[in-house]
Amino acid sequence: MSINLIVLYWNYIIVIMLMMAGLYIIISNQNFIKKLVGLSIFQSSVFIFYISLGKVSGGTAPILTGIEDTVYSNPLPHVLILTAIVVGVATNALGLALVVRIQEAFKSIEEHKLLALKKEDGLKDIQIEVSKEDRAV
Amino acid sequence: MIELWVNVFLVSLLVIITFYIMRLRRLIGIVALSGAYSLTAAAIFVNMDAVDVAFTEAAVGSGISTILFLAALRYLPVEEAHETRYPVWSLLLCGIVGLMLIIAAFALPEFGDPNAPAHLHVAPRYIEESYPLFHIPNVVTNVLASYRGFDTLGETVVVFTAGLGVIILLTGSTLSMRSKQSETSSDNQTAKSDEETRDA
Amino acid sequence: MRDNPVFKIVSKILFGPIIIYGLYVQFHGDYGPGGGFQAGVIVAAAFILYSMIYGLEEGRKLMPDWIIRLVMALGVLVFCGTGIASILLGANYLDYSPFAYKIYKAQHLGIIIVELGVGLTVFAVMLGLFNAFAGFKPHK
Repeated sequence: MSINLIVLYWNYIIVIMLMMAGLYIIISNQNFIKKLVGLSIFQSSVFIFYISLGKVSGGTAPILTGIEDTVYSNPLPHVLILTAIVVGVATNALGLALVVRIQEAFKSIEEHKLLALKKEDGLKDIQIEVSKEDRAV
Repeated sequence: MIELWVNVFLVSLLVIITFYIMRLRRLIGIVALSGAYSLTAAAIFVNMDAVDVAFTEAAVGSGISTILFLAALRYLPVEEAHETRYPVWSLLLCGIVGLMLIIAAFALPEFGDPNAPAHLHVAPRYIEESYPLFHIPNVVTNVLASYRGFDTLGETVVVFTAGLGVIILLTGSTLSMRSKQSETSSDNQTAKSDEETRDA
Repeated sequence: MRDNPVFKIVSKILFGPIIIYGLYVQFHGDYGPGGGFQAGVIVAAAFILYSMIYGLEEGRKLMPDWIIRLVMALGVLVFCGTGIASILLGANYLDYSPFAYKIYKAQHLGIIIVELGVGLTVFAVMLGLFNAFAGFKPHK
């Protein structure tokens, strides 16, 4: 395998390594925040994969310049990944809100502690007293 | 040629950042490193001619995402408490899947090939029709708002729903809290009416 | 942080130009990189900077919660409303052709309105998310 081949396929190899690193963080770490960060690493690696599929060598950004015979990169993956980035941050925010509430209700964000609590108690619905003045709305 | 080597360098930087994210135990260090990860990804996108995507990734990934993580870390414990679970089995699983995917990745077209099937289907039509039909130079905005407008509609509704969900969760408006709230206030009201009937 | 003179002065100087830059990115998204999402995030960043330095109460006085929720829904309404307006004028949903006589003017108008809707929603959601996380108090 020549060095040229490795350089041309380097992007795909690294993207797969990043994907597997993200998957390893999600499976084996117990802390919820670290799981969320692993999820966002996984998502980011897929974005890099899509954009590298859309690149044309010798091309430029897909903004028309008016000069004839310019080669432009493919605009379609850019559009899909724009949507995916914003949806990814929305998912992250919702996951973080759930983690903050779990910490408030069960005093722990480690997976093994929550599983032990579930075995003892069944994780009954915890009612929290909220007085009228403390509500932030 | 220089573009390819810059690309190789930046993408390898990402692997180093991910390695340190896996090893670190303090949560605030992990959040700072994920901000650096997003910024490096934005540089990679610029190098691959995706300027709109780089703009969005820098603003959203290393701006808003880092702020939200830091704001959420205020009431959370400082360090990761426990070691990883089943490290050998997870590593084996990820290694096998990764190896199979890398072997399959050599069947993809080369990086930057202008005759790849992805560049021959609708993309030439979008680029050619962009000036005569729209008089708009930015092809990505064109495709986003006009050719693929339904996807943008879906995405806006998803962002709206996420904002709504977070506001409901974090300001005490969920169903269990609201029913508990009305229970306590109705208890107060029945107690007051009992006192009034006793006084009268 | 509100007693530190460097932070106070710099944030007051930068607040206006950041919003102007956000509006520039929004309306020049047709001629360069930009568009609704990036502009919404940039304008929200200006308000988040103000909240970080002067406190959450001051930030809430500047942009009250009910306005944030209103603008969130308004953005989605503008987007869907463009589609309904297309139906009422006789074409398909989100088809911009009945808005003007020349086809490129019609498409340009449709794209500007739709990007405005997206920018409004993204701005309000990012600001609302920051307020919700920063104003959260756990109960014992």
